[in-house]
This record gives sequence, C-alpha cells and structure tokens, in this order.
Amino acid sequence: MSKFVTLNGNQTIGEAARQIDPDVIAAYPITPSTAIVETIAKFKADGLISGEFVCPESEHSAMSLCIGAASAGGRVMTATASQGLALMWEMLYIAAGLRLPIVAAIANRSLSAPINIHGDHSDTMGARDSGWIQIYSENCQEAYDNFIQAFRIAEHLDVRTPVLVGLDGFIISHSMEVIQVEDDAEVKKFIGEYKSLYPLLDSKVKMTVGPIDFTDYYFEHKRNQLEGIENAPQVIEEVGKEFGKKFGREYGFFEGYRLDDAELCIVAMSSAAGTCKDAIDELRSEGKRVGLLKPRIFRPFPHQRISEALIKMKAVAVLDRSSSPGAFGAPLFTEIRSALYDYEERPKITNYVYGLGGRDIKIEHFKEVTDDLEKIAETGKVEKVYSYINLRE
Amino acid sequence: MKEEDRLQERPPIEDFLRMDRIPHIWCPGCGIGTVVTSFAEALKKSELDLDKVAILSGIGCTGRVAGYVKLDSIHTTHGRALPVATGLKLANPELKVVVFSGDGDIAGIGGNHFIHAARRNMDILIICVNNFNYAMTGGQVAATTPIDANASTAPYGNFEYPFSLPYLAEASGATYVARWTALHLRRVTKSIQEALGKRGFSFIEVITPCVTLYARRNRLGDGLNLLKYYYEKSEIQHGADTRTLDISYQGKLIVGKFVDKEKPTFLDCMNEHLGKVLGDKYQPYGVYHDGD
Repeated sequence: MSKFVTLNGNQTIGEAARQIDPDVIAAYPITPSTAIVETIAKFKADGLISGEFVCPESEHSAMSLCIGAASAGGRVMTATASQGLALMWEMLYIAAGLRLPIVAAIANRSLSAPINIHGDHSDTMGARDSGWIQIYSENCQEAYDNFIQAFRIAEHLDVRTPVLVGLDGFIISHSMEVIQVEDDAEVKKFIGEYKSLYPLLDSKVKMTVGPIDFTDYYFEHKRNQLEGIENAPQVIEEVGKEFGKKFGREYGFFEGYRLDDAELCIVAMSSAAGTCKDAIDELRSEGKRVGLLKPRIFRPFPHQRISEALIKMKAVAVLDRSSSPGAFGAPLFTEIRSALYDYEERPKITNYVYGLGGRDIKIEHFKEVTDDLEKIAETGKVEKVYSYINLRE
Repeated sequence: MKEEDRLQERPPIEDFLRMDRIPHIWCPGCGIGTVVTSFAEALKKSELDLDKVAILSGIGCTGRVAGYVKLDSIHTTHGRALPVATGLKLANPELKVVVFSGDGDIAGIGGNHFIHAARRNMDILIICVNNFNYAMTGGQVAATTPIDANASTAPYGNFEYPFSLPYLAEASGATYVARWTALHLRRVTKSIQEALGKRGFSFIEVITPCVTLYARRNRLGDGLNLLKYYYEKSEIQHGADTRTLDISYQGKLIVGKFVDKEKPTFLDCMNEHLGKVLGDKYQPYGVYHDGD
C-alpha cells in the first residue's frame, strides 16, 4: 500500500532508488545533490539495496563507471548537479551514443564562474544537445514519480536512451514535502525486469562497444541514434498514462493550469511553476484570463503539443531559468518561438530570464509579467523580446 | 584582558586577510584557520614581495582560503587548482605560486593533476589540508579516509585503501615533501617558509581536525580531542622512508620532513633542452635573477 511520508527532494530520489534497486549506483558528492548519494549509501549499508554502490573520484569517473556497468547489461543510475554534470559532459554524449539507458537525477544548480551553489537550469540546459531525454519536476512528488518513470522510458526497447530528471537545487532538493510513496512491490512491478539487448557480460557474443567510426558510417550511426529519442514521445505518453492508472497521478508532456479559457499564458518549468499557480489564482480573482503551461519534457521537445496549446493565446511569456549567451533568447524560448513559426496565426511572445543562481521569483513577479502580457495583447506589440525578472541593473 | 577588549583586538595577521570576508565559514575546532595563520607567518618571515605571490584553491572547505587571503588569488573549480596554477606560473614565472587546498580536491578529483605537476617538477608549493573526508559536502568518504573510519557514504566504515600523500608526492617526483598536523604549528610555519624559498614541486600535508563531520561521525570528540590524538600518536621522523607513512584509523602519525632535494624544474628542463637543440636561436624563457 502507498503511504504518505515527509521527505525532501533528495530523499525522495533516494527512496525511489531503494525501491528500484538498480544493479549499479555510482555518484560523487556535490551540493545540492549529495544527500541523494548519502541516502543511498545508508540504504546500502543497512542492506536495503542489493545493487553495487560505488564512490568514484569524480563525476567524470562516475558517469564512466555507469557507462561500463550499463554496457555490461546492468540497470544503472547516478546523481549530480552543476559542475558535476558539466564534468560528465564528455561521457553524457557517449552514454547517449551507445544507447545506454542510464538514469541520472540532477539537482539543478547554476554553473561557475562565479561560484554559486543555488538553483537554476544552466547545468541541464548545457547538456541539452547531449542526446539525453530531459524531464523536469515541479516538486518532490513529481521528482519521485518522474524518477520511477525515467527507468521505464530509458529502458524501453524502442528508446534505449539515457534520461535525466531535474529537480531544482535547494528549492526542491532540500525542501521537505509530504509525498505519496508507493508500495515497494508495486514500484518494482511497474518498473519490471530490465534485460539489456547486447550485454557485454554475454560470454557467447564477442563485441566491442564504441569503436572508431569515421567518414564511412559515423553519420548514419548518429542518425540512427536519433531514432531512440524520436520514439520517446509515444513511450513517455504511454508510461505517463500507465503511471496514472496504477498510482493515480497521470503525466503528460506538460501541465496546463487554468489554460482552457486563458488569453495570456506564462510558460515556466520546475519549481517556479508552483509559485506561478498561486499567482494565477490571484490574477484570476482579479478577472485576468491568464494561465500557466509547465513543460515537463524538454528533450525530446514536444513542439507540436505545446504549439497547439499556445496557438490560441493572445500573448505568451516564456520564463527561462538559464541564459544562452549570444542566442536569440534563452533555451525554452527559442524552442517555443521556433515551434510556433509554422502557424500563420500565432501569439505574440516574449522571453524573461529569471532566478539565476537561486534568485527568488515571487508572486509579484508573475503579476508584473502578466501586466506586460496585457499590454502586449492590447497593443499587439512586443517592446522587449528579452528581459530579466528581479535583477538589479 | 577583558573580554570586550579582546574582541576589539586586531588579529595579528589582519594585513594578510580580506577582513570584509571575515567571519570565515570554518567550524569551531577546525584546523584550516590555524594552517592559514601559519602560512601568513611563513610569508611574513620569508620577506617575499607579496605582489609576487599568487594563491590558488580548488573547491571545498580549504578551497575558501583563496577568498580570504589578501593576495592575488584564483578560486578554481573542484580539483583544477593545479593545472590553473601551472598556467599562471608559466605565463608569469616571476610569481611564487601556492596551491592551498584540501585532500578531496588535490588527491581525489584532482589526483591526476597532482601526479603530473609533480612529475614535471612544476615550481609550485602545495599546502594540502587533509581532514580525511569531503567536509564541505557533508563528510563523504574520500581518497584519504583511513580504513574503518566512518563517513556519510561509508556509514559502516571505509574499506577502500587510502592514499598516503607524502608517498604519492615523492613517487610522482616532488622535491620537497613534509607532513605535519594542526598541532605542529611552528613546524608547519617553518616548513612553509622553507618550501617558499625552494624551487620545484613542494608538497606539505597538514592533518587537521574536521570536528563537525569526521570527528562527530566517528565519535572522536571535539577539536581538542583530536589535537590530543595528534599529540599522543604523532612521531617526528625526518627523512623517513615515505613508503612507511600509511595512516591507519586513529593510528600512529609519522610526521616530519621526508624529502628535500634539488632537481631541475619544468622550465629549467625546457630551457636546457631547447637550448641544446636550437642553440643560439633559442631565447631562454622565464629566467629571473635577483635585482631584475
């Protein structure tokens, strides 16, 4: 039977990891994801996890170790954040290129320099072209649910692509929340047995993983790699629905909040969406027809579904918790703006960067954004395509 | 002296610190501050031109040193103080370059850089504060944690062989190797002063108490208890064979100066080799003399 437990974001990932009990867990300490590893270490020491738990000497080694273990045919996970994910960068591409279904929990944190340990999405956005599927969580419950689903998605034979699950550093990773933890046996049943297609431990087949592939076939193989992520949407949808059927919390590509009759829309991912919902309730009581679209899946980017949800809006504000220096807008914005291009009638759209290095975003800020949206809807003009929230200039 | 007068008193190494960054983050009973004091004393005694001293740290509790000292400094990423220091030294060979960082940073994630900087005999001084765990992130097991000691990722004790840092340093090519504890302050100062006057890769390990994590998790008491342990179990053996310096859990700590030799540095070797190969066409790089 499921039970309600008070856990913080890191502990929820640890709890999910205990229930999933991967064959190999390898991770290096880094704020704010360290407690995930510590929770797992304690479970391991108490005999509650049967898989191997390793403390390598760096994140680069942790991901390398995961790649080795996954190549051997194991179910594998890691956890990291920020510089740790950045240090894994080389190996992230290799995990994806080798189609190894590794799952990583990322307590989203800003990148140096200057050094900052607080939450933003710079780390995972930096990995957005690495070939990993990316899922973002609004709260501890979603982090738990997403992490469990991540294994099903990653290991699906049509997908076989690594998945990372983001939870905002400190805001979610260190916040206590009452979450519904499902029954161990039910989680295990939901995840199912993992059987690798080409395990290196199969002594009958001799195989080399990741050999040289020059001008002759590299291009074709990189194209083939895309099939996994191209097949992912269907699997993500199926798994989200099945999860809902089994545990009562259904998941899709995004969540709409008071979106049906909205004319103005704020797009925001992860923990900021929670604050935004409160802001929208207040704005609605003032008679403003504003809604929230909270993307859950960022890779593969659900461009069609999100466009269809936004197309009838008068004005859309995309809020990014990372920046993309020199680009025409931040990552989420460029995706959405590009997705809307094919429609003749499309909403006016504007981009805000917020919360870098853990800077707060509050209800009043969403109200300011809504004021801007009203003005855009009224005049039909976007005066500033790119601006910042709660920044001293 | 009255308590309030004492609080008014300026710390003797104030000139050496960025006082606007004080109070520091280190816990009561931690040994890092005392090593910083020793470093400041050694710098004063060495009479080096402070404009020509640069200090680099990685990440971790000791990593904060680069932010607290009033010298040109770089706070690098985790483990990368040494390659950054190498770049700094080679771009400006006139600088005295000091890397001040922890065991997790230098011997764990940055271990590869450590052995290669020593192999090249880069003219850098490393002060490595060893508190036997990754303290900043909450006391995880490290490359230096003694066997059987508890850590947050080894709740029932560590079973992995730890590094003996002086042995690693010597085997990799260091020309000055010493180990002390936070109890041996005057000796730490003397060692740092001596190493500051040397050319080549110098390595000083200082074993310090981590009260909040290592000591608490192992029920070893407070900072004073650990200093007592250092007092009772440390043995000065200058010139000891570095192969004999393993540290067991709460076991004997052999301290002292183990290696002090001269060997051409990276730049010496480069200048000599290229001078030999290129003859008059080669302009030696980074050669400074007193009074230049």
